Amino acid sequence: MTTTDTLSYQKKDFVTSQEVRWCPGCGDYAILTGVQQVFATLGVAKENFVFVSGIGCSSRFPYYVDTYGFHGIHGRAAAIATGVKCANPELDVWVATGDGDALSIGGNHMIHAARRNVDMTVLLFNNRIYGLTKGQYSPTSERSKKTISTPFGSLDTPFNPVNLMLGAGATFVARTVDTQLKHLKGVLEAAHAHRGFSLVEILQNCVIFNHGAFEHIAAKQIRDDRQVDLIPGKPMIFGKDLDKGLKLQPTSIEIVSPEEATVWNPAGATGANAYRMSMGDERGLLPVPIGILRSVARPVIDRDIHEQIAGARERLGDGSLTDMFQAGDTWKVG
Amino acid sequence: MNPSATADRSLEQLEEVVIRFAGDSGDGMQLTGTQFSNTSAALGNDLATFPDYPAEIRAPVGTLFGVSGFQVRFSARDIHTPGDAPDVLVAMNPAALKVNIADLKKGGLLIVNTGNFGAKDLEKAHYDHNPLDDPSLEEDFQVVKLDLNEATIQACAESGLSSKDALRSKNLLALGLLYWIYSRPLDTTERWLEKKFGKKPEVLAANLAALRAGHTIAENSELFRTRYEVAPAPLQPGIYRNVMGNAATAMGLVAASKLSGLPLFLGTYPITPASDILHALARYKNFGVVTFQAEDEIAGISTAIGASFTGSLAVTTTSGPGLALKAEAMGLAVMTELPLVIVNVQRGGPSTGLPTKTEQADLLMAIWGRHGECPMPVLAANSPADCFWAALEAAKMALRYMTPVLLLTDGYLGNGAEPFRIPEESELEPFPVTHYTDAERFQPYSRDPETLARPWAIPGTPGLQHRIGGLEKADITGHVCHDPDNHELMVGLREQKVMGIAKSYAPLEVFGESSGDLLVLGWGSTFGSIRGAVVRSQKAGKKVSQLHLRNMWPLPLDLGDILGRFDQILIPEMNRGQLARVIRGEYLREVVTLSKVQGRPFTTAETLAKIDELLG
Repeated sequence: MTTTDTLSYQKKDFVTSQEVRWCPGCGDYAILTGVQQVFATLGVAKENFVFVSGIGCSSRFPYYVDTYGFHGIHGRAAAIATGVKCANPELDVWVATGDGDALSIGGNHMIHAARRNVDMTVLLFNNRIYGLTKGQYSPTSERSKKTISTPFGSLDTPFNPVNLMLGAGATFVARTVDTQLKHLKGVLEAAHAHRGFSLVEILQNCVIFNHGAFEHIAAKQIRDDRQVDLIPGKPMIFGKDLDKGLKLQPTSIEIVSPEEATVWNPAGATGANAYRMSMGDERGLLPVPIGILRSVARPVIDRDIHEQIAGARERLGDGSLTDMFQAGDTWKVG
Repeated sequence: MNPSATADRSLEQLEEVVIRFAGDSGDGMQLTGTQFSNTSAALGNDLATFPDYPAEIRAPVGTLFGVSGFQVRFSARDIHTPGDAPDVLVAMNPAALKVNIADLKKGGLLIVNTGNFGAKDLEKAHYDHNPLDDPSLEEDFQVVKLDLNEATIQACAESGLSSKDALRSKNLLALGLLYWIYSRPLDTTERWLEKKFGKKPEVLAANLAALRAGHTIAENSELFRTRYEVAPAPLQPGIYRNVMGNAATAMGLVAASKLSGLPLFLGTYPITPASDILHALARYKNFGVVTFQAEDEIAGISTAIGASFTGSLAVTTTSGPGLALKAEAMGLAVMTELPLVIVNVQRGGPSTGLPTKTEQADLLMAIWGRHGECPMPVLAANSPADCFWAALEAAKMALRYMTPVLLLTDGYLGNGAEPFRIPEESELEPFPVTHYTDAERFQPYSRDPETLARPWAIPGTPGLQHRIGGLEKADITGHVCHDPDNHELMVGLREQKVMGIAKSYAPLEVFGESSGDLLVLGWGSTFGSIRGAVVRSQKAGKKVSQLHLRNMWPLPLDLGDILGRFDQILIPEMNRGQLARVIRGEYLREVVTLSKVQGRPFTTAETLAKIDELLG
C-alpha cells in the first residue's frame, strides 16, 4: 500500500461526478463531507481505498466517493468487505451501512466481522428508521414507535448498536453525531488508525421519516449537557462549561465534579466499563456517551490468513501442480 | 505361512468383482472400502466406488438406519460405474445383513461377522430369529461365518490395547481376508496405517496385527476354496492416482489458480456432501489458497464476490439448500459481471431432504433459479475424475467471460472414487490472466468485441477508481442508470455474452453411430450407467447411441442437429425430468424420461431395461 505523507489530496479529489441523491437536509450529506475531508488527510493513495455498502439510503455512499466502491446487496456489506480485505489486506476497506442493513438483515455478518477482527472501518448510519422503503420501524427504533408498519406502536425492543458490537467482540467501538463535523472527523481518524475491526455508530437524522430522532441528544442548545465525549486517557467531563464529570462506581455511574471524574480507559481487559457506559440513559439524567468507547488490540484475521500462507510456503515449499498430483499413492500404466 | 494350504486351492482369473462392505456407521466401513480401492488402484485395476452412509454421525449401534456401506467395483477392463449387484457382501452385523442381502448376487460370497449376532444385535435389526440359521441363506449364497470380534481380540493380544479398543480393528481383519481372496498385497494399507497412526504405536500395532491376521486366516483356513486374481485394466498409459470427486474438484480449482496466475479464494460454509472440497483446499495453503469458512452460505458467496472484485480467482462451494441461499448474491455477480465459480454438489431435496444421498434435481434451479433475467453458464461433471476437468473448465470460462459459472456435481460423484490419470504438462496450458491497467481508456462496462467481457480493474490500480454494484448499469460507463432502453440493452448484452459462450465449445461427440433408432441423452453422474447400458445394447445389435452433456447452459449449438438424427430420445435423470423439460422447451422435441429419485444412482440394468422397452 502506498501510505506516504507526501500524498496531498483535497476534499474535491474524493468527489465523484455522480449527482448526490439524498433528500435535502439529510444527515448523510454532512457525513459524506466529513469522510471526503478525512480521506484527503490519511496519507493513503486514493486507489487503495475500497468503500463497500449494502442497501439503504446510506448504502448509496460509495457512488459519491471517488475511490473503488462496491454497492452490494441488502445486509451483505460486511461480508463482501471481509472478502475484499481477506483477499488483499493491503487495501484500506470502509463500509457504509444503516441500522436496518447492518443490524437486521445483515446482523449475522456484522457480529462475525467484529469477532474475527477484520481490519476495516464500518460507518453505521443510525437513523432509527427504514428510509429507502419509506418509513417502517428499524431494529434501533424505540419501543412503542408508531410507523407505517406499526400503526399501533412497535412492540420490538431495540438494539443499542454500540452495546451489541461490544458484545460481539469488536476491538474498536465509537459513536459520533452527523451534525458534529469536527467530532465526527476525529472519530473517523481514530477508527482508521485502529488495526482491526472498527465500528463507528453515527447518530444520523432522517428529515423525512424520523425527523428529530436525536434532538434530545444532539440539539445544539442541550447537547453539551446530554453528551459526554469519551476521550482515551482523559477524565469524563461534560456540560456547557465542562463543569460536570462522570464517576464509575462499583454499581452505578455518578455525576460528580470534574476533578472527581473517572479517567476514561477504552482498553480495559474485559470491556466491562465500555459496556456499562454504552447502556446509556438517553432519556434520563446521565449524558449519552459519544467518542471512543472501546479500543483494544487483538490479532487481525486478514493479516493472519496471509501469514499462515507464507508460513506454509516456507515450511512446505511453494506448492506446484506436480506436488499436488503426486501426493499419495500413484502408479504407472504402460 | 502354510504353503500346502495355499497350494490345495485353485487360483482363478476374474474380469471384475464388486464387493460391498457393510457395517455399523462406527465400524469403519468407509475406511475399509477406501483402502481396498486404493490397493486395487495401485494394482492397475480400473475401479469405481459408491460410498453410502447415513446422515447420523454415530447412529445408535446396531440399528438398521445406522448401516454404512461402501461398494467397490474393480476390473480388468475399462468401467464407469460401481456395479449394480455385489458379488461379495461383507456384513459386520445383523442390521448390515438385513439392509444389504437383497442386493447380493445369487451364488455370491457372503462373509458374516458372527461375533455380532447375539440376541440383542438381532433384536436391534428387527430379526425375530437368527437369519444365519435360515437354510435358504446357504442355498442362495456361499456363506462364510467367522467371529471377527474374537479373531481380532486374539490377533491384537500383544498390541497393548484393551479388548474393547482392539475390537475397533475388526474392519482391518475383514480387509485382510479380502486382500488374500483377491490376491492383493498389504503394503498400500500398511503404509497408510503407519502414516496415520505413527504417533499411536499401540493403535498402529493392533491395526497391523488385525490386517495381517485376516490375511493369514484366509490363507491357512479352509474357509475359502478359491483365490482370485483380477488383472490390470488396459487404461490409457500414464501416471495414475485414485481420486474422489470432491478432491478432484479441489485440484481442478488449484490447477486453474496456477495456470491463470491468480490467487485462489474460497468463501464457503460447511454442508454435506460438499464440505470435502473445503477440507481439501484448506490443505493447499502452500499453494497460496485462501479458504474462508464463513458464518453462513450467503457470507460464503459474498466474501467470494468481494475477493473477485479485488482480483482473485474466487469460488464458493455448496449443496442444494446452500445454493438457494446464495441465489440473490449470484444475481449480484451477474450484474457486476465478476468471475466466480459456484460449485453445487447436489443432494436429495427439497429442504434438508436426503443430505448424504445423491440426486440431480437442481438443474432447473441452476439454469433459471434467480430473479430477473439472470443468465449464467452451467457445467456438469460426469465422473469423479472428471470433476477435475470440469472445475478447471468452469474457472477458465468465468475468467474469460467475466461471469459467474455454476458447476454441478453430486453426492455420488463427490464421494465416489476412480483412477485419475495425472495430466501431462502439455494438457495443462497456462492461460495467464492480467487485470486491466489502462487509465486512459478505462470504461467499467465497455466490452471485448469477441467475448463481450468487461474489463477487470481491481482496487489498488492507480487511476481506475470506479464503483459497481447491484443497480442497473449504464452501457459503457457503468454508472447507475434507470433508463428503460438502457435496461433492455443491458439485459440483452448480458444474455448475448452468456449465450455466446456456446461458440467456444468443442463439437459434441456421439458415442456410437451418429444417427439411429435411439439416442440416450444424459448429463452428470449418469454417464457410467448409461455407457454400460448403451455398450450392451450396441453389442446386441441395436441402433443406440449415447450423448452426454458437459455444457448444460448455454446448450451446445450442434445439439439440435444431433437430436434430429435419432427417432427416439431417452433421458435418464435422477430427478423428475428436468433436462427433458429444457430439451422440449428449446427444441420442441419429444423425449422419454427415465426418472429415479431414490437417493441412489441408476444401475446399468435399469437403463438397459428402458432401452429394451423403447426398442421392443
